[in-house]
Amino acid sequence: MQTTLKKRLEIVIEAPVLDRLARVFDNRSSGFTVIPALTGRGIHGVWSRAGEIGDAGRMVVLFAIIDPDELDETLEAVYKVVSRQIGIVSVSDVQVVRDDHFKGAAKPAP
Amino acid sequence: MDGLDLAAANLISPPILFFALGLGAALVRSDLSVPEAIAKALSLYLVMAIGFKGGVQMAESGLTATALGALGAGIVLSAAIPLISFTLLRFTSGLDRINAAAVAAHYGSISIVTFIAATDSGAMMGLVAAGFMVAVAATMEAPAIFTGLMLAGKREDSDGGNGLLRDVAFNGSIVLLLGAFGVGWATGPTGMMAVAPFFNDIFRGVLCLFLLDMGLVAGRGLLRHGRDMQPTVILHGLYMPLIGAALGLGAAFIAGLDVGSGALLMTLSASASYIAVPAALRLALPEAKPAISLTLSLGITFPFNLILGIPLYYWAAGQVLG
Repeated sequence: MQTTLKKRLEIVIEAPVLDRLARVFDNRSSGFTVIPALTGRGIHGVWSRAGEIGDAGRMVVLFAIIDPDELDETLEAVYKVVSRQIGIVSVSDVQVVRDDHFKGAAKPAP
Repeated sequence: MDGLDLAAANLISPPILFFALGLGAALVRSDLSVPEAIAKALSLYLVMAIGFKGGVQMAESGLTATALGALGAGIVLSAAIPLISFTLLRFTSGLDRINAAAVAAHYGSISIVTFIAATDSGAMMGLVAAGFMVAVAATMEAPAIFTGLMLAGKREDSDGGNGLLRDVAFNGSIVLLLGAFGVGWATGPTGMMAVAPFFNDIFRGVLCLFLLDMGLVAGRGLLRHGRDMQPTVILHGLYMPLIGAALGLGAAFIAGLDVGSGALLMTLSASASYIAVPAALRLALPEAKPAISLTLSLGITFPFNLILGIPLYYWAAGQVLG
């Protein structure tokens, strides 16, 4: 089976920021996936989805697969959004099948 | 009814008792919970019902100078209350500028659930507020956020001011509240007759279930963050509603509101946001710690208003505006 090396970004971020983060990937990748995060603990303490009445205390996880040569530019754009927020960004190497499904979107607007 | 009678009647009303049940269940770490989607549906129903009923009343009374005065008073109160909250926090507690500004923004805005509970309490006492109070509630949501940003020394949020304004103006609860208000105004009493079983008959029961969930949420928030709060900050959550209510009473007197509407304006001024403002401030003031303002508005002020504040505000409104 033919596979292609890509970079996977995994971003745990506060729910209110999701729309802004998603706009970064609208211009930079073929897509992304968001799942709700249930509970966790970080330097700001314990958090849990249960018991939150609105988006302010909720966290979500966004996954995106991008080309390795787009990593630096994407991370810079992501950093502008997440640097002031509660969240973490991680990057890992992944192998994907059907490389044509991961062709990036049009070049980002200046 | 005198003040004590009002307080007693409020305390043994089913909505308050269900709130207390939820609060108690959370504090003893029960696993009782209301599924998130159901809580969301209940909230949508309550906002829709209140908005629609307000619109129907507006259709009967029409747009009056008193209504416009109340709207203006609401906007001024929402913009001004954060100034008082901020000043008091800076002087009495060790809170830094950013967190004090965030808390202040919460107290200038409103809690739609407290408004709904107060409306229901008034209805149980035979004090029906004017329909335009729904619109007043909607207008009091946003100005406080911008005052809060100004107090924090921020000119605009990181995405530009337009993004924040859009997020606040088109917040789901506000859109539904004003939209339902518009539907009620357009359809009037005829429209109400068609949907009365849905918007009237089951309203109080749904409120009970929703306040059960609110009690659970408030209790869990207190358990999670209450111990880390300074006593002077916790006190703010108790005295700031009274200051806000007093300002609301003054504004109601000047605007010539009736007892029911005046009590609602006091309630709005005394309440603190825990849905729209926290989400907006995560974007505009991310350096602020959400645990502080959320614990205050939801864990301290919301129960205070629900249990003691609302009957107190109706009593005071009766004394001054009656």
